[in-house]
Amino acid sequence: MSRSLRPLVATIVIFLIAYAAAVMQFPGLLSTRVLGNFLTDNAFLGITAVGMTFVIISGGIDLSVGAVIGFTGVFLAVMISSLGLHPLFAFAIALAVAALFGAAMGLAIHYLQMPSFIVTLAGMFLARGGASVITQDSIPIDHEFYSYISTLYFRLPGGGRLSFVGMLMVATFIVGAILAHRTKFGSYVYALGGNTVSASLMGVPVARTTVQIYMLSSVLACLAGIVFSLYTSAGYPLAAVGVELDAIGAVVIGGTLLTGGYGFVFGTFVGVMLLGLVQTYIIFDGTLSSWWTKIVIGMLLFLFIVLQRLVFAASARGDRSAEKA
Amino acid sequence: MSRIQIGRFVNTQTVALAGVLVLNWVLFPGFFNIEWQDGRFFGSLIDVLNRGAPVAILAIGMTGVIATKGVDLSVGAVMAMSGAVAATLVVAGYPAPVAIGGALALGLLCGLWNGVLVAILDIQPIIATLVLMVAGRGIAQLITAGSIVTFSDPTLVFIGTGSLFGFPMPVVIAFVLMVLVTLLVRKTAIGLFIEAVGINRSAATLAGIKSRTLLLAVYGLSGLCAAIAGIIVAGDIRGADANNAGLWLELDAILAAVIGGTSLLGGRFSIPMSVVGALIIQAMNTGILVSGFPPEFNLVVKAGVITLILMIQSPLAGHVTAWIGRKKGEATR
Repeated sequence: MSRSLRPLVATIVIFLIAYAAAVMQFPGLLSTRVLGNFLTDNAFLGITAVGMTFVIISGGIDLSVGAVIGFTGVFLAVMISSLGLHPLFAFAIALAVAALFGAAMGLAIHYLQMPSFIVTLAGMFLARGGASVITQDSIPIDHEFYSYISTLYFRLPGGGRLSFVGMLMVATFIVGAILAHRTKFGSYVYALGGNTVSASLMGVPVARTTVQIYMLSSVLACLAGIVFSLYTSAGYPLAAVGVELDAIGAVVIGGTLLTGGYGFVFGTFVGVMLLGLVQTYIIFDGTLSSWWTKIVIGMLLFLFIVLQRLVFAASARGDRSAEKA
Repeated sequence: MSRIQIGRFVNTQTVALAGVLVLNWVLFPGFFNIEWQDGRFFGSLIDVLNRGAPVAILAIGMTGVIATKGVDLSVGAVMAMSGAVAATLVVAGYPAPVAIGGALALGLLCGLWNGVLVAILDIQPIIATLVLMVAGRGIAQLITAGSIVTFSDPTLVFIGTGSLFGFPMPVVIAFVLMVLVTLLVRKTAIGLFIEAVGINRSAATLAGIKSRTLLLAVYGLSGLCAAIAGIIVAGDIRGADANNAGLWLELDAILAAVIGGTSLLGGRFSIPMSVVGALIIQAMNTGILVSGFPPEFNLVVKAGVITLILMIQSPLAGHVTAWIGRKKGEATR
């Protein structure tokens, strides 16, 4: 097995063990109904996490994604409910706005040489503030297109439903994986995360790639916002507060290194599923309070971080002994 | 001997603070009015100081952490936890000093935990402290059993709402802490060591600086500051709210440090300027409130001001000013 795949395999093994342990306690967790809901309930988080994976592989971080989801919801609600636009048209405008927003952050990060942490923090305030300026309340979205989409699903064997948004998430992961591992853009992203200076010396268009990465992240966050608005049929400026942290958590649990340059889109998928498993388990248990979710996610984060360190320390030793031999 | 140099106090931050304050005064003419009532000062300016104190205290700890090229995302959650501990202890009948001691000990412990992850396990600070940021609020809710624990202990309430020498207690605590920490880092070599670790940790270690101990101490201080802020906030509302105490204050504290000129890339910091940064943020918040603007604009204005200040401080701006300076030099020649 390739050494670089070890953290990913470790993540998958831990997910399978956790899932098996949960199934042993609650056999109902194995049904396709639960699995289908798993995908639907975590769709917006998963889509956001794909964008976050690219940002983190490039060595940056994007704190604005939760706010972009909130802004998108409010923006769509106003466009559809108040202005009477068709949802698909509203989606297109929202995605374009998000692309511009991401491009602006990418430009600031590259040309002002400011840390992504601070630029996207300002972006978070701007998007959250913009959403609050539009409205303070939750605006319902009532359109036949919305009710139509919620009727779209595949029936899985065993009675489960794979909803449209669930499929959208899976599709995003597949496209994301191809983009990361099979395109020039993907290799540029890895190169940036490895070392910006040597990347630019090797001819990687650093400015363009940086802008594209943050555009991708914002566009995917906007897509997640669309999914979230389909899921809740409403727009609320404080929706999805803290999702950026869940997304970062999923990416880290999925084995992507925060120092950049290393990671897999598929790992993030496992990370999202693991977070979903924790939540579903706590709902199934019923006696555990919801705050246990946070504690367990914190413990998982810690576990995976330590695991990554151990695996990388072991492979570093392996490299050295290989050199000696 | 110690002649106060006025020039040292004229810089981007103080000018920005003065600018924001004057703008507030234009928008709200009574802004600078200060009254003396019931043995303490009252007025918008005092309010800015009082409301800004928790973030200023967080920023003092955060500055040290950022100066070592780290960041502490857990301070908001630590505030919630220490507030919860203090509140549950006094409600359980323990005297206030025990409750305060327990809260401070918890804060220190949390800071040391972060320090161990960063210094000994070599985990990136942003992720190491993310663990406690996510789990901490859950733990705080575990301590308060999911409810808001209210109390009426006079000592704790005094820390949150009392006054000393006419100033609100939080302001006095923040000021004393600022002076103590500034003296600690600037009158000893500790500040220099912190900067050395921030610029290049392995070089600093090779040069004989005990970087692990230093990092542990820096994160410990940040946890301790968060605990102090947590006690103040709990005392102010006479209760511990695990959900909302210190929510998003970690971001304000980081901003305060950055506005204060502390480099996120490590190696450069100023404790007093971070406190000024916290006051700039609070003056902006208060300004929007007193001027009659809808509070929704708060975040948008904040984002604008951050961008502006960061642009002024960015390396690019440095290049531009240097370039203009060179052009001027050439012209005079």
